[in-house]
Order: sequence, then structure tokens, then C-alpha cells
Amino acid sequence: MINSKDIINVVLADLIEKYPFLDSYFNDNDLDISNYMQNTLTEFFSHFDEEEKEDKAFDEEQTLKNLVEYTNQMIEFLGIEEDGNTINSITIVSGTNKSGDEEKFAELKIHKSEIVCIVGPTGSGKSRLLADIEWTAQKDTPTKRSIKINDEKPDMKWRFSSSNKLVAQLSQNMNFVMDLTVMEFLTLHAKSRLIENVDDLVSKIIDAANNLAGEKFDLDTPITSLSGGQSRALMIADTAILSSSPIILIDEIENAGIDRKKALALLVGEEKIVLMATHDPILALMGDRRIVIKNGGIDKVIETTDEERKMLVELEKMDNVIQNLRSKLRGGDILNKNMIKEK
Amino acid sequence: MNLITVSGPPSSGKTSVILKTIDSMKTRGLKVGVVKFDCLSTDDDILYEKAGIPVRKGLSGALCPDHYFVSNIEEVTEWGLSNGFDVLITESAGLCNRCSPYIKDIKAICVIDNLSGINTPKKIGPMLKTADIVVITKGDIVSQAEREVFSSKVNTVNPGAIIMNINGLTGQGAYELSTLLYDEEKHVTDLKGKQLRFSMPAALCSYCLGETRIGESYQMGNVRKIDMEKK
Ligand SMILES: Nc1nc2c(ncn2[C@@H]2O[C@H](COP(=O)(O)OP(=O)(O)OP(=O)(O)O)[C@@H](O)[C@H]2O)c(=O)[nH]1
Ligand SMILES: [Mg+2]
Repeated sequence: MINSKDIINVVLADLIEKYPFLDSYFNDNDLDISNYMQNTLTEFFSHFDEEEKEDKAFDEEQTLKNLVEYTNQMIEFLGIEEDGNTINSITIVSGTNKSGDEEKFAELKIHKSEIVCIVGPTGSGKSRLLADIEWTAQKDTPTKRSIKINDEKPDMKWRFSSSNKLVAQLSQNMNFVMDLTVMEFLTLHAKSRLIENVDDLVSKIIDAANNLAGEKFDLDTPITSLSGGQSRALMIADTAILSSSPIILIDEIENAGIDRKKALALLVGEEKIVLMATHDPILALMGDRRIVIKNGGIDKVIETTDEERKMLVELEKMDNVIQNLRSKLRGGDILNKNMIKEK
Repeated sequence: MNLITVSGPPSSGKTSVILKTIDSMKTRGLKVGVVKFDCLSTDDDILYEKAGIPVRKGLSGALCPDHYFVSNIEEVTEWGLSNGFDVLITESAGLCNRCSPYIKDIKAICVIDNLSGINTPKKIGPMLKTADIVVITKGDIVSQAEREVFSSKVNTVNPGAIIMNINGLTGQGAYELSTLLYDEEKHVTDLKGKQLRFSMPAALCSYCLGETRIGESYQMGNVRKIDMEKK
């Protein structure tokens, strides 16, 4: 922990050498220090005259307080990264449903690299379950559930830290909105996570995304003009490799332009806990277990049976047939009955 | 009564978040009222009324909405007290990035959305930088990476704030926000002597006073010129 006395009389160049993340801090706060590198922080602050302060809405006390707070957060964050901050399991301890009845399970423990599906009608309480996990509920939400991490009561940092979020989300409605190319975008994301070997990581993500989408990525394409399958692939690869969150929630994955099986394998391979809200039988049976939600509570937890796993093989064949017909239609062909027969 | 000031750029999701948060507060038996400040017009009062929430609105018209807010906040507080609310929430749209609508010791929430662009946190002044809680909305329609980058940019300009992602449509996260808002110990009885967190945008040129003609001879008071030579 540092305090303001430790930094106010340090020359800016030295400060940035010691805490490189402060370079982007000054930039993101619209403080141009380029002509003051050989001056101290106090000297830099005092160069603003009253009018400039008023115009920039600059408040020295507030700025210094924020600077100290941010530096301490980053020191702690970088420390955590070194110590390893791994999550091996999360446990949901049962609460009640909307009518106040006890949920019909005691504890549900989910390990990393496990896929658990969530099924149930819209409005049945899927969002609430997710929110309970994200908030690491301690009997203090409407469901009275509690969440344990690595079998223990979780640290409160999961609730409030902006860089340590428990749950990352991927859903059908998500789009890229930034005006950046694929390369710029990945670099920006990596930098915001204070990652050092940015280039290696970016190429790892691109390889993974290429593998999922089938169509090769051009790194200079603006992310907003990627095809549907490509955006989905990039989002999944980026979330798997670069997101800090140990749990990934997937809200359906469209069955077009992307290899869903490989996508799940990628997430599981990166040691994520995967929660998947889906009613697509192929995806649902890829899960190890599924949670059935009814009336705001967890009604059942079902292990995927051997029979279901065997069915998955059949379902995948049926799916291939349909995919095949789809691409024939796209190519302008006339369909015939033989195309439905298994090969 | 707890007083909470909510502010944020137009259409960022303030009303959606406030409505969902009040839902959660009501289930805990709290009585909540809202006052909406806007500039030219608003239909938010209808939305609050539909949800059964007592509401008043104030339109600043030709005045700076911030100045209008601070000149009326005492009366607004009195209205809340006389109605016996446990919580009074004010919603005001931050129409310029220099807005600074918060009061010391009164809980301040800034609502901004993921669609506004990653340079937005840098551009918004005291409205974002001095808030206690920053709520980020519309995470349901942008990618995970963009959400992460956006909240890290918010954290850089206001590292002391609690940053929460809330979905204004489904209300995911609003229950959690509601638990941070009501404080048994934080009752206000009047605002006399309280101070703004930061000075408001300066006014008082002839145009503030209704001048409509263009030309140097009509410009009086607090006027400043662009330096066209400077790049
Ligand atoms: N997709 C999505 N839409 C949202 C979300 N939050 C709000 N909206 C939508 O955004 C629009 C604006 O939301 P409002 O809550 O009216 O925003 P506001 O900040 O109160 O707007 P003004 O009071 O007019 O400045 C509405 O159409 C909302 O339905 C969100 O989290 N996700
Ligand atoms: Mg509104």
C-alpha cells in the first residue's frame, strides 16, 4: 500500500518507470504529462491556473486521491496474478423458490472444466441464479442461496472489484460496437488486463478463432464488419483466453458458422467453469449435468445418462444432415431424398 | 429519509435501473418517491406513475439543468419528507459532460451505458468522476471484451467508486444495487449548509440571459473565444 506522501514529490518519469500502468492512467484521465516528465507530481498539478482547473473540472485533491487508490488497486491486482487466483470449484448451497419452499437439493458443487446446462422456461429464475453466483450470495438475496468458492466463504472482492468479475457472459444478442480492427481490438483488451506478452496472446486468440469459424480472419477487418460466425468465434476465443472471469455463462450458441463442439472444448481447455442456458438438445447433452429451474428455484439436478450420451451421437448425425441441406440451399441446389439418408 | 441522486447521459438507462431497483426496495417494505429533472420534456413521470411510484417532474427549459437542480433540491427534499418516504430518488439527465450534480454526503449514482464508446469515461467530468456508485447498463448487447474494457476505463477515472453492471431490461443486478442504497443511519432532514461536490458549469453570459442575436457587440459577461490559430 502506498499513500499520497509516497508519490507527490517523485519525478513523473521515475513514477512511471516504477508503475508503468500510470502512463495510461494519466492518458485516460485526460492529463497530458508529456512536457512534465522531469517534474514532480506536485509541480505538474500546480502548473494549471484557476481557469484551466475550472475548464477541465480538475480537482487536485480528488485527482491525487484517485491516483493513490488506483495505484494500490493495481499493486494488489498484479500481486494476485502472481500468487495465482485460481478457482477450482464453486458450490451453490440451496435456498428457496418463489413460493418460499426449500429447493430440492442440498449443495451443488461445480468444478473447473465442467459444463453444466441450465434449463427451464423464460422467467423461471435463470437470471436470478446467475446473479446469485455473480454476487456470491450469502443468504442475502431473494432466494436465500449462498455461494462457496473452493469450498469456502468467498472474499468480498468478487462483489465489488471491477477487474475480478466471477462471471463472463456470451449471448446471442451480443455484438461488437467499437470502431477498431480485429488486431487493435485484441491488443486493447489485452492491455486493459495489463498483460505483458500481448503479441503471443493475440496470435493465440486468432488461431483459436480461426479454428472455430473455419473462415480465416483478416486482422485488419473492423470488428463490426465480421460475419456472424466470425464475430461469435472471436468473442468465444477472446473470452476463453483473455477474460479474467473463471465462470462463463453461455446463453445459447447459434448453430451457424461456428463449430460449437470445438467452442466448448476451448472453454473447458482453458479451465473455465461453463454454465450454459440452452434448450438445444445437442448442446444440452454435451453438458455433464443439467439444472432444471422452476418457479424461481432449482427443481432438479440431472446427470447426463449413458443413453443420452449415445443419443448425442445420433443427434449430431441428424444435425450434419440439416447443415448439409442448408449449404446446398445456399448454393442454389435442388434437394432430393437421398440427401436425408445417412452416409 | 435517504436521498439518492442518480445522473447520467440521456438514454443511458437511468429510469430502467431506478424502476427495477425500486421493485426490490418495495419488497422490503420501503416507501420510495422519485423526482425527475429534465430540460425540455420527459415522459419518465408516466413510467414511474404506471409503476405506482409517487413522482414529480421539473423542467429547466432555458436554464442550465444543473443550476436548476441545485436551486430546487431543497424544495424537492421537503416534498419527500412531507410524503413520509423512506427513500427519495432524483433522476437527472447530464446534458453536458461538465455536469456536476452531486452533493457532499448524499449518495450519488452515475448511470452510463456500454454503447457510449470507450472514450466516453475520459470525456465525462465530475458527474462520473465524483460518483459513489457507477452503474453500467446495456451489457447484454455488447461483447464480453468490450464490457471488460469499458469497466476498466471507468475504474481508471473513478477508482474509488463501486462499479456495477446492471441490465436495465431484465433487472439483473438491480437487487444487488438496492442493498447498497438504503442506510438506516443516513437520514436527511434538510439540506441547508450542504455543499456541492464540485462547482457547476459556469454561466452568466448574455446568452444565458436570453440574448438571441449573433455578434460581438451582443456578447457580455463570461465570454470566451476559440483560438483559431492553435491546432
Ligand atoms: N438492451 C438494453 N437496453 C436497455 C438497458 N437499459 C435500458 N435500456 C433501454 O434503453 C432505453 C433508454 O432507457 P431509459 O431507462 O429510458 O434511459 P434514461 O437514462 O432514463 O433516459 P432519459 O431519462 O430520457 O435520459 C430504453 O429503450 C431502455 O429499454 C439494458 O441494460 N440493455
Ligand atoms: Mg429517464
